Amino acid sequence: MSIEIKTHSVEPIRHTYSHIERRFGNKPASRYQEASFDVEAKTNFHYRPLWDPQNTLNDPNRTAIRMEDWYAVTDPRQFYYGAYVGNRAKMQEAAESSYGFCDRRNLLTRLPDDLQETLLRIMVPLRHVELGANMNNSSIAGDAIATTVSQMHIYQAMDRLGMGQYLSRIALMLDGSTGTALDHSKGYWMDDPLWQPMRRLVEDSLVVKDWFELTLVQNVLIDGLMYPLVYDKVDEWLGERGAEDISMLTEFMRDWFKESLRWTNAMIKTVNAESEANHAQLQTWIDHWEPRAYEALLPIAQATTGLDALNEIRTQLAARLDKAGLQSTGVQA
Amino acid sequence: MSQLVFIAFQDNDNARYVVEAIVEDNPHAEVQHQPAMIRIQAEKKLEIRRDTMEEKLGREWDVQEMLIDVISIGGNVDEDDDHFILEWN
Repeated sequence: MSIEIKTHSVEPIRHTYSHIERRFGNKPASRYQEASFDVEAKTNFHYRPLWDPQNTLNDPNRTAIRMEDWYAVTDPRQFYYGAYVGNRAKMQEAAESSYGFCDRRNLLTRLPDDLQETLLRIMVPLRHVELGANMNNSSIAGDAIATTVSQMHIYQAMDRLGMGQYLSRIALMLDGSTGTALDHSKGYWMDDPLWQPMRRLVEDSLVVKDWFELTLVQNVLIDGLMYPLVYDKVDEWLGERGAEDISMLTEFMRDWFKESLRWTNAMIKTVNAESEANHAQLQTWIDHWEPRAYEALLPIAQATTGLDALNEIRTQLAARLDKAGLQSTGVQA
Repeated sequence: MSQLVFIAFQDNDNARYVVEAIVEDNPHAEVQHQPAMIRIQAEKKLEIRRDTMEEKLGREWDVQEMLIDVISIGGNVDEDDDHFILEWN
């Protein structure tokens, strides 16, 4: 007896949701597309929100930037919740193993006292900057429209909270988990002249109302100068003084920053290319905030790496903005 | 005589990106959606490029990652860090 194997193929009636189909055509969609596009409500709001009665919910007028379609701003990493969590879990696993190693071997408490003090003065207070960044990105995620945009910012907010916690753990390793080093380091943040320009900048950014201005200030300008300065240049400077081990604990931040560049660059490029008015608005904001971010980092650079390192980073930021079609004043690239 | 090379993937979320990249790099390729399987065949040569894949995926991608979703291939393989090429020599 012979057996004939036959396959019956059933053509699915729908490959994806209708709203995804309208945007991308009737073909199987990626998880990122299904989870991100045309998700939030745009019409039929019954009431204006009590917390902002001038605007409706998901109102495009919460920023001066105008986009024909905010979904043009997408995440090159294609992070939706599942992909984001999976990726960060991997990064965290690596970081945890470094922290565990440092802890078991007492790598930090073996450092000379003055270096431990330097860590508490220069590095640990950054956790307050991280918390500011967390709040800023949360507020952007609340005000932004288009899920592709708001989800990038809420992931960014979570990342910043996590990195703030990693910095706190450096202090806890130094003080044997008593918390005294955290208080001590907060003293520097509150009273040391070194930190006051930065503290002022963070506090000023907390009250920026326009959400796109805020993402530009926080995620492009402040981070664009602060991360390379602290986690590359100051890290090197600490290494030369015998605290190489700290690099193990800040590797997460370096990896993270390199990754975050991809979406921030893509975002400013898309928004800047949309219209002349957007370009002019972005340029005004950059002219206002870029020098302030630079000034906020000046004392930190002066106390550690010297000014050349910060100027070099400023030139890199100018080159980065230039690629998106924007200029930064104050530096001759 | 026609010389067809082919590669077949499981029809899952990973494979869709590969298919998208292949179609872009090999305009002559023919994609057949079969039950739970996507088969791509092409005259003489099929090329899967790492840079195209990385652009589609938005992350770093190792050519060997693809093999998890591969069901079958037909053709001589030329594989290195940057590409995976099927062709009849």
